[in-house]
Amino acid sequence: MWKRIYALMIKEFLALMKDKAGRLVLVGPPVIQILVFGYAATFDLKHVPYAVYSEDRGYLSRDLLAAFQGSSSFTLKAVLHDERRVAELVQSKKVLMVIRIGQNFSADLARGGTTAFQIIVDGRNSNTAMLVVNYAGTIVKAFNENLAQSHGRAMPVRIDTRAWFNPNLESRWFFIPGIVGLLTLLITMLVTSLSVAREREQGTFDQLLVTPMSPLEILIGKALPGFLIGIFEATVVVLAAVFWFKIPFLGSVLTLYLCILIFLLPAVGMGLMISSIAVTQQQGLLGAFFFMVPAIILSGFATPIRNMPEIVQDLTLINPMRYFLVMLRGVFLEGTPLHLLLPELWPLVAIGLVSLAIAGWLFRNRMY
Amino acid sequence: MKMRLNGLIKKEFIQIIRDPSSIAIAFLMPLVLLFIFGYGVSLDSEHIPLGLVIESPSADASNFASSFHASRYFETHHFSTTRAAKQAMMEGQISAIIVLKQDFSEELRRSGAPVQLLLNGVDENTARIISGYVDGAFQKWLERDADARGMALETPVRIEQRIWYNSELRSRNFLVPGLIAVIMTLIGALLTALVMAREWERGTMEALLVTPLSMNEVILGKLIPYFLLGMGGLALSVAMALWLFHVPLRGSLWLLFATSALFLIAALGMGLLISSVAKNQFVAGQIAIIGTFLPAFILSGFIFDINSMPGIVRLITHLIAARYYVSILQTLFLAGNEWSVILPNAGALILLAAIFLGLTWRKTKKRLE
Repeated sequence: MWKRIYALMIKEFLALMKDKAGRLVLVGPPVIQILVFGYAATFDLKHVPYAVYSEDRGYLSRDLLAAFQGSSSFTLKAVLHDERRVAELVQSKKVLMVIRIGQNFSADLARGGTTAFQIIVDGRNSNTAMLVVNYAGTIVKAFNENLAQSHGRAMPVRIDTRAWFNPNLESRWFFIPGIVGLLTLLITMLVTSLSVAREREQGTFDQLLVTPMSPLEILIGKALPGFLIGIFEATVVVLAAVFWFKIPFLGSVLTLYLCILIFLLPAVGMGLMISSIAVTQQQGLLGAFFFMVPAIILSGFATPIRNMPEIVQDLTLINPMRYFLVMLRGVFLEGTPLHLLLPELWPLVAIGLVSLAIAGWLFRNRMY
Repeated sequence: MKMRLNGLIKKEFIQIIRDPSSIAIAFLMPLVLLFIFGYGVSLDSEHIPLGLVIESPSADASNFASSFHASRYFETHHFSTTRAAKQAMMEGQISAIIVLKQDFSEELRRSGAPVQLLLNGVDENTARIISGYVDGAFQKWLERDADARGMALETPVRIEQRIWYNSELRSRNFLVPGLIAVIMTLIGALLTALVMAREWERGTMEALLVTPLSMNEVILGKLIPYFLLGMGGLALSVAMALWLFHVPLRGSLWLLFATSALFLIAALGMGLLISSVAKNQFVAGQIAIIGTFLPAFILSGFIFDINSMPGIVRLITHLIAARYYVSILQTLFLAGNEWSVILPNAGALILLAAIFLGLTWRKTKKRLE
């Protein structure tokens, strides 16, 4: 039996690697994607373009503006002298924020009173807008504390805030383990979702069925390349995350690999299932996207599952990515031990076995 | 020429009807995806589970704690000791802990730190939201408290914020237009990613080559039917955005369709290019899986701000057609006919479409290898 499976596996690898484009597709993109996406996927703001329209000439407003200029989150694009230009710059997306300071800003402050200034933020991307407001708030808070100190006023009461697992709240620490999950799913779908569909379209699957191989053997032979390539690619991506992006890795390597292995069960299973429902490769490709896109968007990768309506939250219970991302972030950042991951592991095993069983059943029972 | 082209288009339509997966791509996909995402994806955090520890009950402390009970952002869980709360956070039941310290009332009068906030920093975005909200709630409470005691609390400089175009910061208003861009990228590339490769693989390309059809006609014949399908899908998506998700459309509908047509040609052109480079459906399918969805999702400015990316990554985003389309869509939906945004982005789309189609044209020579 193992000899037959081995032979089928070799055939699968040959089919994947036989031409140059095929080999390139398997090796190049994961490395490029982790690097590009790793830098791109972050909610940390840097170089937000902004403009200043100040009617105040006092030193206090200059101090405040200097605080904004000193921040790496903002980049000054223009100093305006005409109010009409404010709207123009925001509308054309040349700047995301305009700081507008009124005439009496410094005078009011110097007299020991309170004052306000305006920030105008482009809300077309409301998430970025909210971040901009928060960043500006932090700068002003520090400015107020400095002011209080230098003028001998009472320091305001503050909240002592500490963040566990990610003390500086670095966005990248959250997203890069997520990207490890995304790319592992992507590459597994790549290997599995078209493999049976292609054989069906070309008619070679019938030949496979008349060989002495049992459907179980075919299933194993088709699934193993997905597992091997999945593990290989995941390793490459994890290495990039740890050594290039310096994401802390607190858990054990063994736990990580067990998680990856268990995740590959449903990933390969779903891929093969889609592939064996499809009659043409176009249908296989469509199926791959129909599974992959919701699996990624509803996984908690960028938007928390908690924010979804309950019915969609229930739907995510059958989404393998949901569990995988929790495990990856846990193992990377929190060093979660294996026994705390059991609530994530068993659904993956269940989804994996069901999808693999359906795929195996479809091999024989879907004939055209 | 017109007759020949007609014949080819008719053939392509018959093929579309025979394998209904093309129709599913154009109509079912936007329907299902927009439905799930429109409802499922939101960055407006609500019901964040929060642990609350009051080390020694006092009037001040319970007064402050009550300001979290009414909030729709939080679901408060009380813990009697910090240790129990920490355990709950370890197990992932709560995302943050607020500790009102033993000497809450004294610290309050002494400019100390009467409140401790412990955050689970793994999801840093949620952590920031919590921290910002707790800060705000505390500040507000301090002001009320000072007011009640007949004193004025002084914050020297305050910010007045004006958020233009989306003043209530409804995240759906920017996510839905962005999702349309992602979905149209998928539709465009998926529809055409396999069509040329299929002809090469099945050998029917040779049959096409011996006809009097020119290469331009072959490409046009492939482009037109799928363009019509794609525009149908777009109309469906826009209708859902307007009437199901109530996203305002402040620009003109005609401009929306015109710029979408440009984007669709670029997306279809990318699919055709993939298809004619790969020459077999398997590899074409693989390239489509890698090259379409994730780049459009991560590099288009749909969620992640492009300004904040490092220079080389920003350069790469210029190759992603979805980037220009997201910009156009968010502007047309939320800001209006803003020519200074639309013209350069539409120009970039035309350029990309020309590059993709030009490369396809060069790759599909009337010659066998």
